[in-house]
Amino acid sequence: MPEREQRRKPAPDRHHEEVADEQPATSEKGEKIKAELDDLLDEIDEVLEVNSEEFVKSYVQKGGQ
Amino acid sequence: MAIRKVCGIETEYGIVLRGGTEANPMASSSLLINAYVASLQRRVDWDFEDESPGNDARGYRLEGPAAPEVETNLVNAVLTNGARYYVDHAHPELSTPECADAREVVVWDKAAERILIESMRAASAKLPAGQQVVVYKNNSDGKGNSYGCHENYLMDRSVPFQAIVSGITPFFVTRQLVAGAGKVGTEATGLARGQVPFQLSQRADFFEEEVGLETTLKRPIVNTRDEPHCDAQKYRRLHVIVGDANCSEVSTFLKVGTTAIVLAMIEDGELGRSLRLAAPVQALRQVSYDLDLSLLLELADGSRISALDLQWEYLTWARKYADAHGLESVGEAVGAEILARWEAVLTALETDPMSLAGTLDWVAKYQLLSAYRERDGLAWDSPRLAAMDLQYHDLRPERSLFARLGLERITDDAEVISAMTEPPATTRAWFRGKCLQRWAPQIVAANWDSLVFDVNSEALRRVPMMEPLKGTAVMVDELLNSCDTPVELLRQLGA
Repeated sequence: MPEREQRRKPAPDRHHEEVADEQPATSEKGEKIKAELDDLLDEIDEVLEVNSEEFVKSYVQKGGQ
Repeated sequence: MAIRKVCGIETEYGIVLRGGTEANPMASSSLLINAYVASLQRRVDWDFEDESPGNDARGYRLEGPAAPEVETNLVNAVLTNGARYYVDHAHPELSTPECADAREVVVWDKAAERILIESMRAASAKLPAGQQVVVYKNNSDGKGNSYGCHENYLMDRSVPFQAIVSGITPFFVTRQLVAGAGKVGTEATGLARGQVPFQLSQRADFFEEEVGLETTLKRPIVNTRDEPHCDAQKYRRLHVIVGDANCSEVSTFLKVGTTAIVLAMIEDGELGRSLRLAAPVQALRQVSYDLDLSLLLELADGSRISALDLQWEYLTWARKYADAHGLESVGEAVGAEILARWEAVLTALETDPMSLAGTLDWVAKYQLLSAYRERDGLAWDSPRLAAMDLQYHDLRPERSLFARLGLERITDDAEVISAMTEPPATTRAWFRGKCLQRWAPQIVAANWDSLVFDVNSEALRRVPMMEPLKGTAVMVDELLNSCDTPVELLRQLGA
């Protein structure tokens, strides 16, 4: 069935093998992202709704489309 | 050859009156929109002549009490950017003007957000101290109530509706991988909220049918509402209700862009093999709940395929289609960008989904909530995470968690601010918007396919606009610039 052949994955850059080479860079990048994320969480703490439980409970919408 | 995929988005926003004792969402929505429109100092009302949401694309018409209602008594305004801004089902709703491609949709959708932000400011100024109207760009309240973000696409009327249904359904079931806005918990009937910690989509819980006319109950994956708002002999306008409201510009761009390409392929009969799912409604939820992106969906022929591979299959066809036919129907340059971004996103979903935290809504929200949960040792059903989920969509710039995350953008502020008042130059929205900018006092009503002028003649004069791609800047600027008054315009148009 010719259609079956078309199921071949199209992108040339979808090689899982490359992942191994990228490992050191990835984990370094991962730590940087984590540090940034920690800072972001601290920042977000300051703008979060004070009483989450009450806020979530009171957020009631009428159904729409 | 596929016709141009003129498209747009209609968003119903969540609304809350903070600091008030008695919440009436219709009153709050009216206040919100009236406050904005009053700040513009000119207002033109919507004309309901053309509304027929009871028409079914499968060829019949729903009459009587079951027919969807058009609420003609609530606020309903048309803006100089060609958009419609109104109260619908206890929500403020804004429909973007007709756009010629997915990138324009992102610009006018972001302009809509800014209009809502301005509206919140204007409304709160009219309220007693301590009260504030707050708007959320999401699709559910976490308690089983959902409201929509609909898309629409211009289609050639000659394409059999069944071809659209069978071609688009597997695509709609899986595009939430790219366009889901993410949600904590589930609201599906029969499941306890905590049974699903986090899912890709806001809306998947609410779909119960494969095809149908409903939009508020028993929602269908493919909606059959047949309101072309243009020449009904030539066109249909596919009304899509299955999507989430996206905050991410890339999510919106890909949601609209990939859909437009798939519809063009359906129109040209260029989809590959049938990917008919054995149980699409069930699959919609399964995909939404599958954070590993590894689940295999069953096709009607008994074979199995992952949601991601199903998207790859559509992308492969789209690449072939682009090579064979070009992408003029979605805009060549924009089409090329859609394909490149689609491929990049699918590749990342396959290798390292979290690398898309700066790109797609559901990944951004999932990463944020996961990190917060880990830091504070919270369970997924913690109210704090549910609150953060809602607050991701809070449109107040100082409160929006989405805004804090700083996702990748494809627009710039200047073009978005301009789009709050300027129409797209590429569709009939240009003619509508420009006429409103110049002659609002003489325009008594407007809708998608006509403008009604009152120029003190015996009767009101209706100017029909039955072609979505006529009335563009290139086509009408010379005419508009040669007219000082609407009377002159009408005379030249022979209306």
